[in-house]
Amino acid sequence: MTRYLPVIVTAAVFALGYAICALQFPAFLSTRVIANLLTDNAFLGILAVGMTFVIISGGIDLSVGSVVGFTTVFLALAIETWGIPPLAAFMLVLFVATLFGATMGALIQGFDMPPFIVTLAGMFLARGASFLLSTESIPVTAPLYSAVSDFAFRLPGGGRLSVVGMVMLAVFFAGGIALHLTRFGANVYALGGSRVSTGLMGITVGRHTAAIYALSSFLAGLSGIVFSLYTSSGYSLSAVGVELDTIAAVVIGGTLLTGGHGFMIGTFLGVLMQGLIQTYINFDGTLSSWWTKIVTGVLLFAFIAFQQATLALARRSVRGATAKGATP
Amino acid sequence: MRFRLPRKGLPQIAAFVVVLLINFAVSPQFFDIRLQDGRLFGSFIDVFNRGAPVALLSLGMVLVVATRGIDLSVGAVMAIAGAIAATLADTHALPVVLLAALGAGLLCGLWNGILVAVLGIQPIIATLILMVAGRGIAQLITEGRIVTFTSPELARFGGGAILGLPVPVVLTASVLAVAVIAIRGTALGLLIEATGANARASALAGIETRTTTIAVYVWSGFCAALAGIVAAADILGADANNAGLWLELDAILAVVIAGSSLLGGRFSLALAVLGALTIQAMNTGILLAGFRPEFNLVVKAVVVLLVLLAQSPRLSGVAVLLARRPA
Repeated sequence: MTRYLPVIVTAAVFALGYAICALQFPAFLSTRVIANLLTDNAFLGILAVGMTFVIISGGIDLSVGSVVGFTTVFLALAIETWGIPPLAAFMLVLFVATLFGATMGALIQGFDMPPFIVTLAGMFLARGASFLLSTESIPVTAPLYSAVSDFAFRLPGGGRLSVVGMVMLAVFFAGGIALHLTRFGANVYALGGSRVSTGLMGITVGRHTAAIYALSSFLAGLSGIVFSLYTSSGYSLSAVGVELDTIAAVVIGGTLLTGGHGFMIGTFLGVLMQGLIQTYINFDGTLSSWWTKIVTGVLLFAFIAFQQATLALARRSVRGATAKGATP
Repeated sequence: MRFRLPRKGLPQIAAFVVVLLINFAVSPQFFDIRLQDGRLFGSFIDVFNRGAPVALLSLGMVLVVATRGIDLSVGAVMAIAGAIAATLADTHALPVVLLAALGAGLLCGLWNGILVAVLGIQPIIATLILMVAGRGIAQLITEGRIVTFTSPELARFGGGAILGLPVPVVLTASVLAVAVIAIRGTALGLLIEATGANARASALAGIETRTTTIAVYVWSGFCAALAGIVAAADILGADANNAGLWLELDAILAVVIAGSSLLGGRFSLALAVLGALTIQAMNTGILLAGFRPEFNLVVKAVVVLLVLLAQSPRLSGVAVLLARRPA
């Protein structure tokens, strides 16, 4: 039961927050707002799926925002200047991103370096590479882009479930299955519990670490494609600081930063929570956008404090049980 | 005044000299220094002057890292202190302005310290909270605008000179001197290193690890606030969005270049400042060489990786094996 407590609390807080928003602005209940919540946070959600794997395995990936920026610039140049067909450009950029993540994972494992600093270097490298490609904002005019942004499922009530929103839902679904129902997912949890014991159990720690960071960068590339479709442009300064929003979403979703504990559904709720704050501020109109940062910070603090408290309680009850002895 | 060179500092000093020599090769006027309006000017002086904010940040960061922590919030604290200083500068006396800005930095540090030491939250996450929220708070202070001021007293902290040396340089040198005397001249440094090497053993040995940890975060907040004042005084204004942006990463990089282990337990204040100056010298060199400033990030990334590889326990194991092999 305590395993599910953080996710239940996140769900309850989200429901409560949504109810407060809906009471104040009845329009919150329309499918339009819900569909927009999915579309506007699609790129954040896809990043958060990758980050969930990384954090559960006991690591952290600071490079994701820069990879998104690199992807948008690369796509814009490839499609508009170099004349590569969009789908081929997508494949190419996903390949580059995956290779980038695998290299970071290999460095972390091979040289026993802290993930935090390796992915920090990766962040500099990817952002620098996108600056070198172009510092201008490049519009993308390919027909595929307008076709994708025009296509949407119409929901009853006027909402439009866009392609990018559907991609995010699909990635969450696939990520949830991979994390909770496959051997790879079980190994990710094991790595977060203890790398040494995982290695002693006969799991190839090195290959799994490389795979986890490759997955995170692959999803960052996919998120970059989504961001590029969403904004129809490429800009080297896009998605600056998004890695922190992503980490915040995962933490608010109840995943422990020490690794080994967390659920994909929690991350989904964490992403929606951030979207909800943003939407509320847009609806209110008088609040400035910097309140998003402050409220996110306060929520982050509240959830981390709550996690610490439940951990302390769990430890105390374990200690109490051992003190009483295992009498039936 | 000369300070004792740390035993392990030679590679860092060599790296700094090499970067300076490369700059000299790229631009022969690099070491030219001229005196104008009672202040020294020149690219070489500029390395120290522009490097001052990051050097101040790294002086705070190095002690946090020594306790096995990390402070991601220093850039945001810089923005808060700069916003407070710029907002109050034209309406209040200088001491009030400085006290308010530095006090805000101390408070931010205290908050981080309590989260880490009392609530037991991992340092990356505990300081992430202020990193996210801090910039919002800074924007709340400036009401989302770029606040400018004209107060000449505060402006001296950025553009003034004492005995020909730019004030930021003098300020950094004095903070370094005070820190070295207070920390290496007493048992404080030993306590900090012990806390970082093994917090539990240190606590059992009677060290107040909790107080020590809180103190290093407060110190880091203070240094960040000072850096924020210098940065605001330099541009005669505060931009809550961009002040100190990404400087936390430069400060961490400086500490890593200084050879401090990110796993805590050893540190050098002087080398951290040298690390910050090396980064600034590289930035200046890239500009002097006529490369676009966009190269900065790529060069920094490569440097981080090389330094980390050189420090990697696996690689040093290989080096030991190679050295042992009979010639």
